[in-house]
Amino acid sequence: MVFLLSASLLRAQTDLDAIMMSKKNLCIGGSYMYSSWDHYWEGSFKRVNKNIGTMSTQMFGLMGTYGITKKLNVIAGAPYVTTHVTRGTLHDQHGIQDLSVWLKWLAVEQNVGNGVLSLYALGGGSIPLTNYIADYLPLAIGLQSKTLSGRLILDYQLGKFFTTAIGTYTWRSNIKIDRDAYYTTTLHMTNEVQMPDMTAVNVKMGYRSDRMILEATLANMTTRGGFDIRKNDMPFPSNRMNATMVGAHGKYNFKFVDGLSLEGGGSYTVAGRNVGQSTNFDAGVFYILDFSSKKKKK
Amino acid sequence: MRFKILATAVAALFVTAACNKSISDRTANLPPLSPADQDLNAGSWKTMLLTRPDTFAVAAPAATNSTGYLADLNELKGYQKNLTDAQLGAIKYWSAGGVLRWNEIMRTLVAKYNIPPYQNSDTSYPAPSSANPFAYPYFPFANPPYAARAYAYVSAAQYDALVACWYYKNLYKRPAPYKTDSTIKVYVTKTDLPSYPSEAAVLAGVTAEMMKLLFPDEIAAIQQKLLEQEQAAIASGAATRSDITAGEALGRQVAQAFTARGRADNAGKAIGTPTDWANLKTTAQAKNQLPWLSLETPGRPPMLPLFGKVKCFLFDSATLVSLRPGPPPSTGSDSMKNATSEVYAKIKSPTRDQMKLVQYWADGAGTFTPPGHWNAIAAEDFIKKNYSEVRWARNLALLNCAEMDAAVSCWDIKYYYFNPRPSQMNSEIKTLTGVPNFPSYVSGHSMFSGAAATILGHIVPERASAYMQMAQDATNSRFVGGIHYKVDCEVGMAVGKNIGNYAVLRATQDGAE
Repeated sequence: MVFLLSASLLRAQTDLDAIMMSKKNLCIGGSYMYSSWDHYWEGSFKRVNKNIGTMSTQMFGLMGTYGITKKLNVIAGAPYVTTHVTRGTLHDQHGIQDLSVWLKWLAVEQNVGNGVLSLYALGGGSIPLTNYIADYLPLAIGLQSKTLSGRLILDYQLGKFFTTAIGTYTWRSNIKIDRDAYYTTTLHMTNEVQMPDMTAVNVKMGYRSDRMILEATLANMTTRGGFDIRKNDMPFPSNRMNATMVGAHGKYNFKFVDGLSLEGGGSYTVAGRNVGQSTNFDAGVFYILDFSSKKKKK
Repeated sequence: MRFKILATAVAALFVTAACNKSISDRTANLPPLSPADQDLNAGSWKTMLLTRPDTFAVAAPAATNSTGYLADLNELKGYQKNLTDAQLGAIKYWSAGGVLRWNEIMRTLVAKYNIPPYQNSDTSYPAPSSANPFAYPYFPFANPPYAARAYAYVSAAQYDALVACWYYKNLYKRPAPYKTDSTIKVYVTKTDLPSYPSEAAVLAGVTAEMMKLLFPDEIAAIQQKLLEQEQAAIASGAATRSDITAGEALGRQVAQAFTARGRADNAGKAIGTPTDWANLKTTAQAKNQLPWLSLETPGRPPMLPLFGKVKCFLFDSATLVSLRPGPPPSTGSDSMKNATSEVYAKIKSPTRDQMKLVQYWADGAGTFTPPGHWNAIAAEDFIKKNYSEVRWARNLALLNCAEMDAAVSCWDIKYYYFNPRPSQMNSEIKTLTGVPNFPSYVSGHSMFSGAAATILGHIVPERASAYMQMAQDATNSRFVGGIHYKVDCEVGMAVGKNIGNYAVLRATQDGAE
């Protein structure tokens, strides 16, 4: 996506899907994501920058989902991130980014028509795990903001086909930067930066069986406030960063090893504001450990 | 039960979301300026540009028992009858000190205009034009030399205007409205300072008039600030309409002397011509030196290569040449190779503390520049000192004339030697902030900081060692950020201190100490 790659992209199949872990099952996994762009939006002006060339971000994520009950899961994850630009003199960055934790509750599950309608309610938050630099965009690995999110997932499955709609509101804490003053649309004589909140909407459609999932995705994130990058200026953590992305994603549960799954996908930014027009690829491998007394399949 | 949990979770979320995230500036909530000493003799202090404090005549004010003066008081009382929260806010804001507030506004303008122009479609670059400031690229590009000069002109003009103001205050001795009419409410600190002409209006007038030279795009916006400050001065009980009118006129006249100087100080020609740019390269090659190259793509013409020809405030052009240090290591020498390796070793795997130091002092594009940073440092200490407005202006004029002259000297040195940046010598050297688009030797940050710490240490002696430590940090930040060789920083600091000493010399002779 973006300057503000968060771990949410990486964990696309957990806190953003309509699937639950069974009670006392732990799904652990690792994933990798590669994101790059050479065009970006300065406000609404789309441009290239030969002093950046191509900007790339890699994320190596570790995550786990645990079934407290079959209707209440806890999800946690954290990535290691590296950034790089191919031109100009700006220095690469790397480091451990933010820990995110979600509670996911299957609130409603009932037959509607010939299909099953389910509603999930999620609450989550994230905190930076290290003191990485945020005021060094586009190369900063994160924004240092602590977040709290509320999310609703509405899913309808008819036979092997499904549609999911997801809405998220993310509250973001202010951050402190290394400078004593900075300019947004006026001069601020403080090291504290007011971080606007964000909303996101995702729509997914596709095929879902016990064996595999194939889906098309549409995602939009919108910053509720913030300001545009000025012409030929550098980006800043409190910019109004918006993006709309389309993509496809798949997941396969192996037959020969029970509990092992592979997943992967890609997405492309079709519209944006104060973000890079990124192309993203991700892949992950996950394994389910069953701690319940009776061995049973997910 | 489930719905209860959900409701509680949602409620908790909204409570958190409602948390107040608003931020406030460090100086948002200052008390009214309460000078321990009003410096009533400041009319005799040595001015920066004016030859006499009464160069511009100010007519004697009407007597306090005249009908005109009574009408003035009625206007004042009329405002005081219905003060809105916004008006009270304006009174509170300006009462912290006019010199302080205008300095903050100047820092805002510099940060707003300090962005290098975007390239043309043919990979050349457009240059801002003072003749057409409203068209992109907006005039000016307030880069460090431009900013240093802008701060200096505004501070020096404010100082001269307030010296003239104090001269007339002392000559006419018209008491403040709250002294002539006890029914007037007072929203500022009561003093014995005569109110004619009004120091607030002098500051508003002189600063607004300077915008015609420095930030022509902002004349209309600054005129609004002027009206706000003048209105606040009347509504606060500190000044009458006639105090304001006389003050603004005096301020504008003093500013016109400075804008005339500014139009003839060579800054308008500092951008140079393509021929000048080519000559810099051939001159360096003739000395067997690898010439500086822009590290931007497309290559950008060097920043203000003829700024070293600008007329200084504190010394003449012969002194400027004498301040020029010896050459940096020859670009083909082993010592240059070693200096480059030293930068590379430092920048290869930077620590977080190293990044923090670089960011704190970077003051690059989109900021109020290093001279602006030193203004912020100075202002924070001056606030605690409770200086009179005229002493505030004097101290900032000393600081900013030192900063401007440091900029002129630094640009003279940079383009005299036209020395490549570390990243030009070794493209593996990546930096922790943007590489400025001008030659390396000597470091501008080091010169600005050496000069600022020297004059500020004279003004606030108990902070002298703290300022010098800050200057050292600023200097180090450029080496550990991969922007400069060590020698650029060391020599820049030494020359900066020499320039600071010219400001100290002036300070000891201007009659204020």
